Amino acid sequence: MTVTGTPVAPAPRAAEPGWVAELRREGAARFEGLRLPTPRDEDWRFTDLSPITKAELGPVRAPGALTAADIAPFLFGRAEWPRLVFANGRFQPALSQLAGLPAGARVGPLARLLLDAPDLVEGTLGKLAVQPAAAALVGQNVSAFVDGYAIVLPAGTAVDTPIHVLFVADSRAARGAVYPRNVVVLGANAVASVVESYVALAEGVALTNTVTEANLAAGARFDHCKIQRESTQAFHLATLEVRQEKDSYLNSFSFAQGAALSRTNIYTTLAGPGAHATLYGLYLGEGRQHVDHQTRIEHAAPNCTSWEVYKGILDGHAHGVFNGKVYVHPVAQKTDGKQTNKNLLLSETAKVDTKPQLEIFADDVKCTHGATVGSLNDVPLFYCRSRGIPEAEARTLLTYAFAADVLEEIRSRPVVDHLEDLMREWLLKAGQRGSGAARPGAA
Amino acid sequence: MLEIKNLTATAGGTEILRGITLTVNAGEVHAIMGPNGSGKSTLAQVLAGHPAYEVTGGSVTYKGQDLLDMEPEARAQAGVFLAFQYPVEIPGVTNAYFLRAAYNAKRAAHGLEELDPMDFLDLLEEKLKLVEWGPEIMSRAVNAGFSGGEKKRNEILQMAVLEPTLAILDETDSGLDIDALKIVADGVNALRRPDSATIVVTHYQRLLNHIVPDYVHVLAGGRIVKSGGKELAFELEERGYEWLTETAGAVA
Repeated sequence: MTVTGTPVAPAPRAAEPGWVAELRREGAARFEGLRLPTPRDEDWRFTDLSPITKAELGPVRAPGALTAADIAPFLFGRAEWPRLVFANGRFQPALSQLAGLPAGARVGPLARLLLDAPDLVEGTLGKLAVQPAAAALVGQNVSAFVDGYAIVLPAGTAVDTPIHVLFVADSRAARGAVYPRNVVVLGANAVASVVESYVALAEGVALTNTVTEANLAAGARFDHCKIQRESTQAFHLATLEVRQEKDSYLNSFSFAQGAALSRTNIYTTLAGPGAHATLYGLYLGEGRQHVDHQTRIEHAAPNCTSWEVYKGILDGHAHGVFNGKVYVHPVAQKTDGKQTNKNLLLSETAKVDTKPQLEIFADDVKCTHGATVGSLNDVPLFYCRSRGIPEAEARTLLTYAFAADVLEEIRSRPVVDHLEDLMREWLLKAGQRGSGAARPGAA
Repeated sequence: MLEIKNLTATAGGTEILRGITLTVNAGEVHAIMGPNGSGKSTLAQVLAGHPAYEVTGGSVTYKGQDLLDMEPEARAQAGVFLAFQYPVEIPGVTNAYFLRAAYNAKRAAHGLEELDPMDFLDLLEEKLKLVEWGPEIMSRAVNAGFSGGEKKRNEILQMAVLEPTLAILDETDSGLDIDALKIVADGVNALRRPDSATIVVTHYQRLLNHIVPDYVHVLAGGRIVKSGGKELAFELEERGYEWLTETAGAVA
C-alpha cells in the first residue's frame, strides 16, 4: 500500500539499540496501515486532519541555528531552572541548561540516552502510548522521531524546580514536520515537574506530532504543563500517555493557544490503588482555529481519584472540541471521579463540540461529569458597568475571570504568571477585535 | 441634583413604572417605600441604567445632564452609585482588582491618572475601617462565597471607594442582622456630604432609624401615591401599605 499521508522518514539510526529499531519498524507499519484518522473514526469525529495530508510536510532536515535572542521571548520563570531547547526537533546544547540537578537524576536529550543507557527507558518508550485513538499518530512519531527529552529519576529523587523544555519551530530554516519523542521515568516517590512549550519563531506552515510517555512508580509525583503556542498556520498533534502506580499523582495542564489545527491527547491509567490524577486545561481559539482535546482516564485499580476541569474561550469562527472519557474498570471500586468542561463563546460564529463521557463497570463509585457552553452573563456585566468599568473592559475582566481559576491549579507560580500574561495578551487582542461587543442584546 | 419627571418603564413588555415624578436636592435623604412589586427596585435599577428595563417615557436629569442618555458606566463615573439588593458574585476577580478597576475608571473619566496598586492600598486602608474590615477581604473574589451581610458591607465598601454624589441603596437592609445593619448604616451616614444625596429603597422602616430620611415616598403600582416627612415611615410601620394601595387603585 502507498502512504498518502505525511511521508515518513526512514530510520537509519545504526547506533540505536535493536528494540528501538524494532519500535520504529512497527510504528511505520502501523502508520502505513492506519494512516491519519478521519472524522469517520468516532475518536476524531469533530476533527478533520486532511489539511495535514494535503500540506505534504516531510520531516525537517535542517534544524536551523537559534540564538539566545531567538528564544528569549519564550523563557519565563527563573534562569536557574533546568532547560532543554530543541530547534525543529534537534537538541540545542548551547541554549540548554542542565546544571544543579540532584545526583542520580538523568535529564537530557533522549537520543543521547538511547546511546548511553537505553535500559533506563526500555520499559517505558513505546510501551505506554497504546491508546487506539492515537495509534496512527504515535506510530508515525516513533518511526520518525529524531530526539526529545528524557527524564529518569531514581527512587526518592526530587527535582524541585520545573524543567522547561522548549520546542521551537523555526520555519525560517525549514518547512516541514517535527516528531519529538519524550520519556519520563519516575522511581518510587520521585518528584518532577515539566513545562513543555511549543513555540514558533515565525508564522508558517509546519507540523508537530509529539508524544510523551510518563511512567510513575508508587508514590511518584509528576507535574506536566503543556503550553502550545505554535504558528497560527501550523498543525499540532500531541499525545501524553501516563501510567500511574500506587499512590502516585499526576497533575496535568494543557494550555492551547496557537496552531491552525491542534489536537492534544492526554491519557492516563491509574494502575495502582490510591493513585490520583488531576487534568486541567485551557484553550483559546480565534479566527478559524480548530482546537481539540481528548482525554481518557482509565481507573484500573480501586480507591483512585481523578478530577478534571477544561475551559475554553472561543472567538471569531474558532471551533473547540473537548472529548473526555473516564473509564472505570470492574476492579476499580471506590473510584472518585469528577469531570467538567466549560466553554465561553465570544462570538456568534464560534463553536464547540463537547462530549464528556463516563463508562463505569464497577458498582461502588462516585463519578460526575458535566459540560456548559455559553456567552458572558449580562448580570455580572451590568454589575461591573454600574461601578464605572467600561463595557469592553468589563467583558475582558469577566472573560479573564472565567478562566483564571483553572490556571491556579498549576503548582508553579511563575508558570501561572506566564500563562496569565499570555491570556491577558490574548484577551487584549480579542477586545481590540471588538469581540463580544456586537452581540445582540448588548447595550 | 436629580429630577425625575413622569418616568415610565417596562420590563419584558410589562409596564412597571407608570409615571414617577421626584426631585432630589443635594444634602437630602429620600426614602422610597412600598409593598413588594410596587416598582421601587425597578426605579433604582432604571436610574443605574440596567439594560433589562426599557424607559418608555418621561425624563431624568442628573446635575443638568440627561441621565437616560448615558451608559451605565458613564452614570457611575458621573457619581451615581447603586447598592444592589442582590450583589453579584464574580469568581476569579479579587475585590482589590475590582475596586481599583472601578476607581481608576472614574479617575480616567475625569482626566486623572490611574492610581498604582500600592497607593490604592493606602486609600483602601481608610475605607476598610468604615465597614470594620481587615485587609484580608481584598484578596477574596468579589462577593464569591460571601454571606448576605458581607455582600451588603462590600457594597458599602465600594461606595466608600467611589464616593458617589447620588447613592441609591436598594433594599440594603434586607438579610442583615442588627449589628451588620448598624455597620452598613453608619457607613452610609459617614459618606454623606453636603453636595451628595441618598435615595434609600426599603420595604421596612427599620433602616430609617439609622439613616434618617428628609422625605419619605410611598410607591404603589408604579406611581408615588404619597409623600411626607420621616413620620410617614412610622405611620407605614404601624398601618401597613394597604390603606395607600387601595387609594392607588381608586386613582387608577
